[in-house]
Amino acid sequence: MGVGIEVTNLNAWYGANHTLQDINLPIPANHATALIGPSGCGKSTFVRCLNRMHETNPIARVTGSVRIGEIDIYADASPVEIRRRVGMVFQRPNPFPTMSIYDNVCSGLKLNGYNNRKTLDEIVERSLRDAALWDEVKDDLKKKSGASLSGGQQQRMCIARALAVDPEVLLMDEPASALDPVSTSKIEDLIFQLKSQYTIVIVTHNMQQAARVAEKTGFFLNGRMVEFDSTHKIFTNPSDKRTEDYITGRFG
Amino acid sequence: MRERKNQYSARSTMRWLADHLATALAVLATILVIAPLVAIFVYLIYKGASSLNLAFFTQIPKPVGEPGGGMANAIVGSAVLLAIASLIGVPIGIGGGIYLAEFGRGTKLANAVRFTADVLNGVPSIVMGIAVYSLIVVPQGHFSAFSGGVGLGIMMIPTVTRTTEEMLLMVPNAVREAALGLGVPNWRSVLSITLKTASPGVITGCMLAFARVAGETAPLIFTAFGNQFWSVSLNQPIAALPLQIYVYAISPYDEWHRLAWAGALVLIILIVLAVSLVRYVASRGILKGAS
Repeated sequence: MGVGIEVTNLNAWYGANHTLQDINLPIPANHATALIGPSGCGKSTFVRCLNRMHETNPIARVTGSVRIGEIDIYADASPVEIRRRVGMVFQRPNPFPTMSIYDNVCSGLKLNGYNNRKTLDEIVERSLRDAALWDEVKDDLKKKSGASLSGGQQQRMCIARALAVDPEVLLMDEPASALDPVSTSKIEDLIFQLKSQYTIVIVTHNMQQAARVAEKTGFFLNGRMVEFDSTHKIFTNPSDKRTEDYITGRFG
Repeated sequence: MRERKNQYSARSTMRWLADHLATALAVLATILVIAPLVAIFVYLIYKGASSLNLAFFTQIPKPVGEPGGGMANAIVGSAVLLAIASLIGVPIGIGGGIYLAEFGRGTKLANAVRFTADVLNGVPSIVMGIAVYSLIVVPQGHFSAFSGGVGLGIMMIPTVTRTTEEMLLMVPNAVREAALGLGVPNWRSVLSITLKTASPGVITGCMLAFARVAGETAPLIFTAFGNQFWSVSLNQPIAALPLQIYVYAISPYDEWHRLAWAGALVLIILIVLAVSLVRYVASRGILKGAS
């Protein structure tokens, strides 16, 4: 089951560049929350702070607190533990090129020393079914390299790979921006189904996409969060002038 | 209108010429690369194949004046030396490459290690022989297979380190992030994901280093020393193909000259076989369609 996220006074830097400033945000459990905003506004940095991927860059720095469920992820746990609970899907599909589809999907478990074949088989099937990819790949799970799939299939495989470790939160950083419209709609359908079981945070450039999949939407601009409200409110009656300018296409 | 057409056709003729000229130059360059290899191989077969027989692979050298004899001890000796060298050079070299590419990026230590590796790569092999001689042979008081293997192993390290580093740096960052994002510890991600993704290139680097030291004579003169008799003891002087070829080639006897040619041919064939075998074994673990 998903858990809620409570972000308090989050600040982040890349070197001297203050990319996130005083972000406060409650992300509800078992819903999809969309983050929109122009390029470079900090929304990707924000989701990378939610699973401590931000700090893999040596010049990056974070202050503030992020509570995921009961845990303050910067105080109570190691980055490795956090990333098992908070899965991530990246902008470009990033399969492990040397691995089969099967190994790609269960890589998170195998690399953490989990080796029970029967359970792995079950988890791989369940994850691929959840990612709506099972029927397309079930015949060559171990024969084909993950990199030999089409871009849209690769991305769904990456989603299955994230689901296989059974996270509570799923972060998606523009998961469909490198995909064609058919694959995009498959991913969106998927988000719609997955949000009953997981808390989903999705970064997107595509405002229609945010409107289609998310209950809550946050608008980021220049490293600050301008407005956070129900998606319906953001797109029909935003409180802030800048939000309105952005969603009506006056800039960005 | 007519004039324009002529202009176009003149341009397309130029393009045709430039295209074919470039292709011809590329083919010429390819031939120039392959020609020396083919020439050496053909000449070795011409000079050496007639002296190859079963005895060459099963017998040890006969005393001067007696016909026949073989290089069995040198073939086995080279195998022993190269095994020691690989046991030293491959793990240390790969470990160094991993440090440079994954853990020490941008640090002073990494820059120092990289610089040292490049300098070590340029050290003449005879100097390496003398260094190992003074570090191991002199304290021990005798020549040994072990010291020869160490000398060759040290020579392998810089090549393996630098190619491993280059190959790891070619692995896209997205692959590293994918692993870290799954909650895989960094060390595990480096070993099981990054290194594995780069493994075809890393193996090529190891094979290059292996093939290079397999033919080295100079570092062995003061260390492995050579041996006309059977020995596989790490503590005794040991025979090696390049050493044996060297000794036979500068000898005044025709019989030994012929054996030297045969030895050179066998050395090259064995290197090609070893490299092909490793490539074959390594390629079986990698799926088709992987980039």
